[in-house]
Amino acid sequence: MITLDGVTITYGSGARAVAAVRDLTLSVAEGEAVGLVGESGSGKSTVLRAIAGLIPYAAGEITLAGRRVDRRRTTAERKMAQMVFQDPYGSLHPNQTVDQILALPVAIHRLDRGETRIVQALAEVGLGAEHRYRYPHQLSGGQRQRVAIARALILEPRILLLDEPTSALDVSVQAEILNLLSRLRRDHGLTLLMVSHDLAVIAHLCERIGVMSRGQLLEITTATAMANNQVTHDYTRELLRSNAGFDRSSAASAELDVVAG
Amino acid sequence: MTDPLLAVRNLSVTYPGDDGDVRAVRNVSFTLGRERLGIVGESGSGKSTTGRAIMGLVGHPGRIEADELRLGATDLRGLSERGFRRLRGQRIAMVLQDPKYSLDPVMSVGQQIAETHRSHLRSSHRDARRAALEMLQAVHIRDPERVYTMYPHQVSGGMGQRVMIAMMLIAGPDILIADEPTSALDVTVQTQVLAILDELVRSRGMGLILISHNLHLVSSFCDRVLVMYAGQVLETCVAGKLSEAKHPYTRGLLAALPQLGHRRAELPQLQRDPAWMADLA
Repeated sequence: MITLDGVTITYGSGARAVAAVRDLTLSVAEGEAVGLVGESGSGKSTVLRAIAGLIPYAAGEITLAGRRVDRRRTTAERKMAQMVFQDPYGSLHPNQTVDQILALPVAIHRLDRGETRIVQALAEVGLGAEHRYRYPHQLSGGQRQRVAIARALILEPRILLLDEPTSALDVSVQAEILNLLSRLRRDHGLTLLMVSHDLAVIAHLCERIGVMSRGQLLEITTATAMANNQVTHDYTRELLRSNAGFDRSSAASAELDVVAG
Repeated sequence: MTDPLLAVRNLSVTYPGDDGDVRAVRNVSFTLGRERLGIVGESGSGKSTTGRAIMGLVGHPGRIEADELRLGATDLRGLSERGFRRLRGQRIAMVLQDPKYSLDPVMSVGQQIAETHRSHLRSSHRDARRAALEMLQAVHIRDPERVYTMYPHQVSGGMGQRVMIAMMLIAGPDILIADEPTSALDVTVQTQVLAILDELVRSRGMGLILISHNLHLVSSFCDRVLVMYAGQVLETCVAGKLSEAKHPYTRGLLAALPQLGHRRAELPQLQRDPAWMADLA
């Protein structure tokens, strides 16, 4: 469904160009859920943005459902892959009602039955008719993230790109959103590519997990292998250790030298 | 505990609102010795407000009421702003979430640390500089001379947070309140910052209050944990035994956390019981 072949993504040009992602090869089968973990600046969100067509890529090839895609895309290609962002406070227009937010993609893609689609999308994400004419500031964080998911779903995409969809939410709300995402995936046969720094969240939703560091994909492993500590890279081991919480004995023995600057 | 560093009894913080008073903190009681105390809760549970109330940082029109609010021998109730300014830094200090916003962007990090030393200990420029360099070394910064001259935008998040810790500890406070000190950092850097915090708090025999929404982190780092909900302390647990927590809220939160190696088709969602909102004390 999604294949990346030797993809390099750079920001800036000439001497100041920075390769945020280097020579990345990854494929996600239809209906599969794959996660990307890594520290900030490792390029994981950049990969999602390039797949969504928000930024161009410098080298390599990205194909969606067998067709090569670039920055310039047809409406159908855009419709196929939709993205949900991390911060529901920043990704919804503050001066538009939920109704307007959901009506815009319908209008852009010239879809029919706008009214039915909006009602249906709201119901899918567990929001009622009473939420339809509210502004984002009148909703809780979890409800806003539901609206963001509804906005992505209303175009009936086959691929959902999730950029830290729960890290701005409380634990109890996170559980609700994760349950919603697994249900939607099952009901619509969605292909998911999700980015998170939380290994447990990724492992909950995804079968395969890619570990990124400094723009490169270090390894692709499975949720089961992670849980059993069967990982090959030192960096992945460190991630696993950090995710387990604070361990006085290992923290004392661990090297405390972060490179200055 | 014979002589607690901090004693809080029936602390309440109230903000007047359009629809009556909002009680952000309700009858919170605890004591802090030379230990690491964790406060966990979801957003809006009053955990940060509790920390700010102790620091005297609840601004107008918020009201603080307490039967007891004592820092060592000092009664914090009704203490003037001047009185608080003398305490902050020297007796009690606070580290906030994001070093990007809590450091002065137009002053080198070394100067900021030295300034704290000068204003609290009335030291000379030269002594303050020396103390700041020593403190940077204590938070495991390898090249203190170089980092001293750097500006906040030039340091990484993890280093910024170590600079904050250095600044907060330079005047030798008894108590450090750390409000989500590692939430803005990468997980691998989190461990390093926590290890430094742990080392310094132990070696100086300080009391630490760690405020966080992260249950794993608090239970693995602290000695004791207060679980807050809707402004109240629902229960107090020994940190290592958080998994044996009794209150349905704590148990619900723990169950709702996805776990590596224990995959469930559906995560149990927290059912909120209106009874948890009722006044406990």
